[in-house]
Amino acid sequence: MRFLFKTHYNQDIDHLKHGGDRFWYGLLLVLVAAAPAALGTFYLGELNLVMIYAIAGVGLMLLVGYTGQVSLGHAAFLAIGAYTHSLLLGAGLPFLLSIVAAVLVSALVGAGVGWIALRMTGIYLAIATLAFAMLTEQTISRAEWLTGGFRGLAVPQASLFGMPLTQGWQHYYVTLTLLVVTLLAALNILRSSTGRAMVAIRDSEISAESVGINLAVYKTLAFALSAGITGLAGALFAHRLGYLSPDAFTFLISLQLLLMVVVGGVGSMRGVIYGALFIGFLPQLLAIARDTLPPQIAQAPGLEPGIFGLILVLVILFEPQGIFGRWLKIKSYFQLFPLYRRATHRRQKTYLRTERLR
Amino acid sequence: MVNFAQGDLMMLGAFMAVTLIGDFGLPWALGLLLSVLALAVFGYLLDAFVLRRVLGEPQFAIVMLTIGLGFIFRAVAGLVWGYDPQSFPTPYTGKSLRVGEIVVSYENLAILLGTLVLCLVLFLFFRRTRLGIGMQATSQNQLAAYYVGIPVKRVFSLVWAISAGVAAVAGILLAPVSLVQPGMGFIGIKAFAAAVIGGFGSIPGALLGGWIIGVAEQVAGVYLPAGFQEMSAYGILILALILRPQGLFAQIQRKKV
Repeated sequence: MRFLFKTHYNQDIDHLKHGGDRFWYGLLLVLVAAAPAALGTFYLGELNLVMIYAIAGVGLMLLVGYTGQVSLGHAAFLAIGAYTHSLLLGAGLPFLLSIVAAVLVSALVGAGVGWIALRMTGIYLAIATLAFAMLTEQTISRAEWLTGGFRGLAVPQASLFGMPLTQGWQHYYVTLTLLVVTLLAALNILRSSTGRAMVAIRDSEISAESVGINLAVYKTLAFALSAGITGLAGALFAHRLGYLSPDAFTFLISLQLLLMVVVGGVGSMRGVIYGALFIGFLPQLLAIARDTLPPQIAQAPGLEPGIFGLILVLVILFEPQGIFGRWLKIKSYFQLFPLYRRATHRRQKTYLRTERLR
Repeated sequence: MVNFAQGDLMMLGAFMAVTLIGDFGLPWALGLLLSVLALAVFGYLLDAFVLRRVLGEPQFAIVMLTIGLGFIFRAVAGLVWGYDPQSFPTPYTGKSLRVGEIVVSYENLAILLGTLVLCLVLFLFFRRTRLGIGMQATSQNQLAAYYVGIPVKRVFSLVWAISAGVAAVAGILLAPVSLVQPGMGFIGIKAFAAAVIGGFGSIPGALLGGWIIGVAEQVAGVYLPAGFQEMSAYGILILALILRPQGLFAQIQRKKV
C-alpha cells in the first residue's frame, strides 16, 4: 500500500494524487495523441466515435452519477446539439463559434427541462425526460422547413483556422482536445462547491436542503451542464454521421448512453471512459460473435437491442458499480493481499425508501 | 416498484394467447385463461429469480433493470414468433352492436367491459382483502410491513404475478384491434403517461388519465395538423407533470423532517 505524506491542504483535492498517477495518465495522453500514426482509418474512426460517446457520457454522468437524476432522454440533447451545429455551420458561422452556440442552445433547453423536472424525482423524472425526448424527435421530424424532416439534413464541411476538416485524424484531434477539456472541466466542477452540492443532492435531498443547498438552483444547473456537454457531443456526432435525420436520435440512443454510464460505473469519471470503450466496440464484438452463432439466431433483426438489454440486466444484478467498481475491487484485493474481505464492498440496502413518502 | 417492461409483458401475453388459441386450437375462453395464468406464473418467477435481488437498492437500478428486461423480452419474442404482425381471431371479430344510430364493434365493447371489470376487481382486491391491504402496506414501507408480519418477499412476487396477469389481459383485449407484434409493447409508454397523470398507486386515477390521453389523441387527430396526434400524449404528460406532478389523485405526501 502507498501512504501519502500530505504537506498542503490542496493535495486533498489534486486530480493526480501521486507520481504513479502522473506517470500513467501522462503515458495514456502520449499514447492517445500518437494513435493516428499507428492506427488505420477504420480504427481511428471508431476511436473518434468512442471519444464522442465519452463526451456525451461525461454529460450524462454529471446528471445521473453525481446529481442522482435519471434521464431517459439524453438523445434529445444530442439531437439539439447536432442540428443547431449543422444549421449554424450552414448559415456560415465559423466552426468554433457554432460549436459554442450548439452547447449554449442545448444547455438552455436543458435548463428548461431541469426547471420542469424540479418537482419530480426518481421514476417521474425518468418518464418526463422520456416524454421530452419523444416530443423532440417528433418536432424534428415535423419541422421540415428547418430540419428537413425525414429527408434529412446534410452536415456542412467544417474548417478550423482556415484549414478544412476533411481527414479522419483532423476530426480525431478536435474530438480529443474537446474530450480532455470537457473531462477537466467536469472534474473541476466536481471538486468545487457546485459539484459538492450536486453530490449532496444525490445522497439525500432532505439533508442537502437542510444544510442550505438550494435544490432548485443546483438541479437546474446540473441539467443545464449535462445538456450542454451532451450538446457538444451532438455537434461532433453530426460530423461523424454526415447526414442528420430524426431516426438517428431515437430512444435506443438514450438507452445506449445510460447503458454506458451504468456499465462503466455510476459515479466515476473513469467509468465513463470504460463505458464508452465498451459501447463503442460492442458492435464489433457482436459482429464477431455472429459468425460463431447458429444462423437462425445470428441473423435475427432484433438481436442487438436484446443483447444490450441482457448486458444491462447482468451488470445491474451482479456488478452494480460497473467496470470501475470491479477494477476497484481487484485493486484493493492486491493492495490488501491476504486480508481482502468481500464484505468491504458490500452496499448497504435501504428498505424504507418508497415513492409514496418523499 | 416501477415496471418499464409492462408493455412487453402485455406483448408476451398477446403472443401466448395467439399461440394457444390460433396454433394449438384451444377453445377461446380456455386459451385466454391459460395465457393469463402462464403470464402470472412468469411474473412470479421473474420476481423470485431476478427482481428480488435488487430489492432495497436505489430506484435507478430497478428502472434500468426493467428497461433491460423489456428489451430482452422483445428480442426473444422476435426470435420465437417473428416480426410479422399477426392477427388474433376472436369469436366476436367483425360483429357489432347497434343501438339506434350508434354502432359499436364488439371488439371495442369487450375492451370497455374488460377494463371496467378488471378495475373493479383490482379496486376491491386492494381495498377489501387482507392480501391487497398487505400489498399496499408493503408499497409504503417495506421494513414496517415486515415487522408487522407481512411476508414481504412473497407479497412482492405476488404483486408481480398479478401485474403480469393484468398485462396479459390487456394484451388479449388489445390484440383484436391492433395486430400482435414484438413492438406492440410501446403502447406501454402511453400507459405510463396515463398512470402518471392519474397519480401512481391510484386505480381510478389511472383510468381517468388513460381516458384523458385517449380523448386528447382523437381530438388532436381531427382538429390539429398532422403530427400533433402522436405528440399529444407526451405533451399532456409534460403539462400534467408541470401543473400537478403528484397526479390528479395524489398518493404521495412530502416527508417532513
